[in-house]
Amino acid sequence: MPAALETRRLCKSFGALMVADQISFRLESGARHALIGPNGAGKTTFVNMLTGRFSPTSGAILLGGEDVTALGQLARVKRGLARTFQINTLFRNVSVVDNVAFAVAEREGVARRMFRPAGSYHAVVDESMALLDTLGLAQDARAVVAGLPYGKQRLVEIAVALGLRPRVLLLDEPAAGVPTSESHRILDVLDALPKDMSILIIEHDMDLVFRFAQRITVLAQGAVFLEGTPAEIAADKRVREVYLGERHV
Amino acid sequence: MTHAGGYIADARIRAAEWLPWVFAALCYFAAPSYLTLGSYILTMIIFALSLDLILGYGGIITLGHSAYFGTGAYVAGILALRLTGEPLLGLLAGTLGAGLLGLFTGLVILRTRGLALLMLTLAITSLCYEVANRATRLTGGADGLGGFSIRPILGLFSFDMFGKTAYLYCLVILFASWWLVRRLVYSPFGASLTGVRENNVRMHAIGAPVYQRRVVAYTISAALAGLAGALLTQTTQFVGLNVLGFELSGELIVMLVLGGVGRIYGAFVGPLVYLVAQDYLAKRFPEYWYFGIGAMLVLVVMFARGGILGIIDAGIARLRRGS
Ligand SMILES: Nc1ncnc2c1ncn2[C@@H]1O[C@H](COP(=O)(O)OP(=O)(O)OP(=O)(O)O)[C@@H](O)[C@H]1O
Ligand SMILES: [Mg+2]
Repeated sequence: MPAALETRRLCKSFGALMVADQISFRLESGARHALIGPNGAGKTTFVNMLTGRFSPTSGAILLGGEDVTALGQLARVKRGLARTFQINTLFRNVSVVDNVAFAVAEREGVARRMFRPAGSYHAVVDESMALLDTLGLAQDARAVVAGLPYGKQRLVEIAVALGLRPRVLLLDEPAAGVPTSESHRILDVLDALPKDMSILIIEHDMDLVFRFAQRITVLAQGAVFLEGTPAEIAADKRVREVYLGERHV
Repeated sequence: MTHAGGYIADARIRAAEWLPWVFAALCYFAAPSYLTLGSYILTMIIFALSLDLILGYGGIITLGHSAYFGTGAYVAGILALRLTGEPLLGLLAGTLGAGLLGLFTGLVILRTRGLALLMLTLAITSLCYEVANRATRLTGGADGLGGFSIRPILGLFSFDMFGKTAYLYCLVILFASWWLVRRLVYSPFGASLTGVRENNVRMHAIGAPVYQRRVVAYTISAALAGLAGALLTQTTQFVGLNVLGFELSGELIVMLVLGGVGRIYGAFVGPLVYLVAQDYLAKRFPEYWYFGIGAMLVLVVMFARGGILGIIDAGIARLRRGS
């Protein structure tokens, strides 16, 4: 069975800076896989290459076994790939439900329609509302995103990606900037995601990583440093030095 | 009343939205000696609506929208001179001509953003201006294009010297344009334009064909600008090079900003206030009238980013809170 997502010797340089160095990586179908590594290791850049936002200098990206290296973001989204952003990347001055509906409408091919009012596409509106309900955001559906507390904006960030009904979901530090007291809400949401959705999560919060992930890849200076089960990673001395040491003193 | 569109907006026409039409009809009876100015204002409202679609909703800043207005004006003029003075055919030709130009130029320039895009819109206008200036046999060059006559509308209503027919003609075309723009703004397409304006990066990430959406919006806007241009040609029976000038593009932005960007009715209020003020000031202070216009704009930009309609909205909100 092909991996949900796979990279083969993926490289990326920004000028002289090598940000991805021969990354060969497999995200198995239905996996809960974490990508960790120190600041500036190249995690976000890796995600940007996976989605087609950046093109790699060399190497290949396979989505469900199909080589998508040459395809743009749109084509990869249509093949079931979605992402969230480390720094909120939302439609700030519109309502929460519109944020989700924009994604649902694109997925359904409704978004280019010009004649009927958007609100008359009940399937889009209802699905967006239902999705917000499952994330505990039903109360905030009509609120403008910019006015929401940061923790809720992080949930909207996930909701927009889920509006695409992805088969593969890339989460770039979903709990970044959220106080620990509130990050359990995000973990609850992640735990409730469908089992057949393949998920790659980048996260600095090690409690969250070890509770959520079945597999962990450690990235350092653009290269895969180690990959294994949470137990293996936790036991590895070198990982502690490279990464965990900094945080779990 | 911002008419932002989207999936939970109520798209039904509100009572207050009939006010402009009642007002326009009243003006017809109350100010018969101002009908020529009235026709010009109605025409500029259509032009401003076309700009609002891409600037207010699509977030595309342009300093060259007169390229499409002028193209529509010249197409209608040349058609009337060489082929037929049939007015509706002229409008159609002007709209299509400008729309095609919008499509082809849009395909090229919308690959860029920001300052580069702004420069390209300027370049297109100056190109069009130069072409019209040089192609004297077709356009009359600096002398302008005249000497054509427009046949009665639908074979029934001929243009009169008091501008009555012209005024009502402009009003009907404006009504149709308004209806179309309003539909677009409230449609999923309009919502997706808002998405592109609000966050282009996220729009790409949810699989939206952003470039295509922008080109489509730009084409529709150009076509609408061309319609306004053709209308001006027919109601004034003359085309001058100024329809392709920077001044017109600049004036258009000033009018829209004055009225309020991205709210449909800003495109109504802006040209009305601007052109009436211009008419009044130019008569009373022929030397200094530009100063008045400038002062008005400075006040609006400094104190009311939402334009005149923004001020009214804020006033209403304050009243409601007070009571
Ligand atoms: N567009 C870009 N142009 C040039 N350099 C870049 C660009 N994007 C990222 N970089 C550099 O690439 C390196 C990796 O950045 P990246 O954002 O991928 O790291 P990260 O692992 O996500 O870090 P963090 O944990 O802080 O989010 C950094 O040194 C960064 O400065
Ligand atoms: Mg990052």
